[in-house]
Amino acid sequence: MSSERKIRVVVAKPGLDSHDRGAKVVARALRDAGMEVIYTGLRQTPEQIVETALQEDVDVIALSILSGAHMTLFPSIMELLKRKGLVDVLVFAGGIIPAEDVPALKKIGIAEVFGPGTSTDTLVKFVKENVRKRG
Amino acid sequence: MRDPSKIKQLVNGVLKGDRRSIARTITLVENNSPEAQEAISSLYQHTGKTYIIGVTGPTGSGKSTLIEKLTRELRIKGKTVGIVCVDPTSPFTGGAFLGDRVRMQELSVDEGVFIRSMATRGNPGGLAKATKDAVRILDASGKDIVIVEAVGAGQSEVDIIKIAHTILVILPPGLGDEIQAIKAGIMEIGDIFVANKADRENADKTVADIEAMLDMTPEKDGWRPPVIKTIAITGEGMTELLNKINQHREYLEAGAFDLRRKQRVEAELVEAIEQRVTESVLRDLKERGKFDELIHKILARKMDPYSAADMVLAWPFGLKKVKKT
Repeated sequence: MSSERKIRVVVAKPGLDSHDRGAKVVARALRDAGMEVIYTGLRQTPEQIVETALQEDVDVIALSILSGAHMTLFPSIMELLKRKGLVDVLVFAGGIIPAEDVPALKKIGIAEVFGPGTSTDTLVKFVKENVRKRG
Repeated sequence: MRDPSKIKQLVNGVLKGDRRSIARTITLVENNSPEAQEAISSLYQHTGKTYIIGVTGPTGSGKSTLIEKLTRELRIKGKTVGIVCVDPTSPFTGGAFLGDRVRMQELSVDEGVFIRSMATRGNPGGLAKATKDAVRILDASGKDIVIVEAVGAGQSEVDIIKIAHTILVILPPGLGDEIQAIKAGIMEIGDIFVANKADRENADKTVADIEAMLDMTPEKDGWRPPVIKTIAITGEGMTELLNKINQHREYLEAGAFDLRRKQRVEAELVEAIEQRVTESVLRDLKERGKFDELIHKILARKMDPYSAADMVLAWPFGLKKVKKT
């Protein structure tokens, strides 16, 4: 029997802003790179995002946020992931996130933060290079 | 990579209803991992208890929304629910966009519900190859009801009939003559027809069109599929839909159930034998270098493919090498 692995990604929009163009562009780029992208829609709570990641057994979580609430929502997501044992999931973020917040976000386990203007090729390359090899 | 204690742990987790174990075991079968068969073998004796509802219908008919509302109704009645949503894989990139959860956001955090999105990964028939096993895993985990949302594009996406007990075919209003076009496929497998978005214009015409179609279809063993109107977005019609599902279940349990079950197991066994035999014979042929030899003979028109196959089967090797499980 041959093993057929696919990279599974959940693209989520935590918080209350309703601008999902960026999230959809990312979802599409990752899909076109051969990944299975689970799109969850707007206004997700940290609990919903983490529970979705758990049920879908994803390798990657992509968070898009423009509301400015990242310093509250992201730590809560990372904490929940840890509590549920999802420590091998690659998490990255995009949207409007001020540069001075990035070090703190990386400290809590967000692997990378991408700003506006990032090319989709960069994203795809980043995911492929950083996704955890899981057993 | 094969680690028996890991699989045992996963299997035990599934049987206890542990969500992470369920998720990881589904990934194993999805990826066709070497451990997958072991896990399914251990779980198999614990399956067969859940009731499986299949949902199909054209894109945009409201399948996901309807499943969300139906699940809420089932939760009110105290039932636990597993949901498997299948979406197509792009044949060009191998990627897939799985968006059914958008309509089911609030169910995500309900402990009594487990939702899994699956891509077809090239499998024809409207389901993924691993969908059946994913349903089994949810079954073994103790879910009372499992709902499978199939890709319902048209005439050939009818594999849901091999898995589900009751099949709902969801149709949007205004299909008109298109009902004729799709009637050869999914219209033939419906146990219950749902005219969704009944608040829109033409909903009554949809119902009339379906009824007219059913009038021309020979009745299946005493069950005439009912047609009901729903407005999934508001939840209207869900109680009636659930009643109809229960009626169909009673109808099956009164007779057709055992026969269907037997037919399914037969089909599955045949499929499993075909797959194993082909795999094993081909592996052996290739290992001995005979495969290329035969190909060359056929290419040179010295032999036809049928005679070559007969010759292969007359050789006494291959089959003996089937792994014992």
